[in-house]
Amino acid sequence: MVEKRIPQLLVEDNKFCPGCGHGNINRVVAEVLEEMGLADTTVGSLAVGCACLMMDTFGVDWIQAPHGRAAAVGVGVKRVRPECCVFTYQGDGDSLAIGLSETLYAAIRNENITAIIVNNGIFGMTGGQMAPTTLSGQRTTTSPKGRDVSITGQPLNIVNQCRQLPIGYLARGSVASAKDINKLKKYIRAAFETQMSGGGYSLVEVLSPCPTNWKMSLEKSLEHIENDVKPIYPLGEFIKKGEKTDA
Amino acid sequence: MRKSKLSEYKMIQHLERCKGCGFCISQCPSDALYLSESVNSKGYPVAKIDEGKCTKCAICYTVCPDYVFERVKGA
Ligand SMILES: Cc1ncc(C[n+]2csc(CCOP(=O)(O)OP(=O)(O)O)c2C)c(N)n1
Ligand code: SF4
Ligand code: SF4
Ligand code: SF4
Ligand SMILES: [Mg+2]
Repeated sequence: MVEKRIPQLLVEDNKFCPGCGHGNINRVVAEVLEEMGLADTTVGSLAVGCACLMMDTFGVDWIQAPHGRAAAVGVGVKRVRPECCVFTYQGDGDSLAIGLSETLYAAIRNENITAIIVNNGIFGMTGGQMAPTTLSGQRTTTSPKGRDVSITGQPLNIVNQCRQLPIGYLARGSVASAKDINKLKKYIRAAFETQMSGGGYSLVEVLSPCPTNWKMSLEKSLEHIENDVKPIYPLGEFIKKGEKTDA
Repeated sequence: MRKSKLSEYKMIQHLERCKGCGFCISQCPSDALYLSESVNSKGYPVAKIDEGKCTKCAICYTVCPDYVFERVKGA
């Protein structure tokens, strides 16, 4: 048995809503950075969304990118400070709507950074509008009758977009249970290890509840992830050490 | 090195951070957590541990989004 201490990188209480998955993801990232000895040499790139609440509470150095452009800014930091660990931490609206080009081109160029993308299926911070990841038929404030994919196109699966690219590491995890969170930690560690060994671009997408804008209790939110989100966005490791897996 | 025993650890809670979301309660394998009557300064009802049932597995540490639990050495 070992001690379980809150990582020191979490310098203040987080500012997320009750039950928000960002809190779980923050803690897992902090644990991994500390365990890898990267706490003092990491730079995070943030753009918009509830992710930005981390700037005051998560004790690494941060750089503020314009909406969507965290990958482009993060790549710039990495190129001038290659000894640093550089990661982007973005929501799905930020990274996959306005920022899709920057997200995808960092992967296409196999830039040696780590991208963490929080898939909660909506624009959380601005009040629950439809995002590229919103499920078919899902009600949001901008799709009150449910997302009509005959008009909007299908939900965007960033893992499938990146699977054919020559990148270092690709995985999708979740924070919907203790088991999922333990697996997520392995994925996030593998992603940072890929970067620190010069293994190229690493991306971890994380399925995460937004009880506030889903207008669900946490219990219902976790059921929704289990029953509705996971079948569309399956979990697993899809590229490891630059090689495609069977997942 | 001698392996450390369960009795050498304790769970501590930073209840001021609790937002009453209930995630820990739904995941505790020993049914040792409950939403209490007490409310913290943020206005949330807080989750408390029934020490008699707790096995110090720290699953609550793993799932809590608000850094409430720690497992530390000391009786
Ligand atoms: C240029 C610009 N346009 C629009 C916004 C408004 N805005 C703030 S957060 C956000 C999207 C947030 O959604 P997501 O990235 O999914 O993050 P979440 O809050 O869901 O974690 C938008 C569009 C902005 N900040 N800047
Ligand atoms: S609005 Fe949603 S994503 Fe943002 S902090 Fe609240 S629960 Fe989390
Ligand atoms: S340590 Fe384990 S048994 Fe004790 S309250 Fe936490 S989850 Fe329940
Ligand atoms: S998971 Fe954390 S914040 Fe939620 S009720 Fe339990 S102790 Fe409180
Ligand atoms: Mg979002």
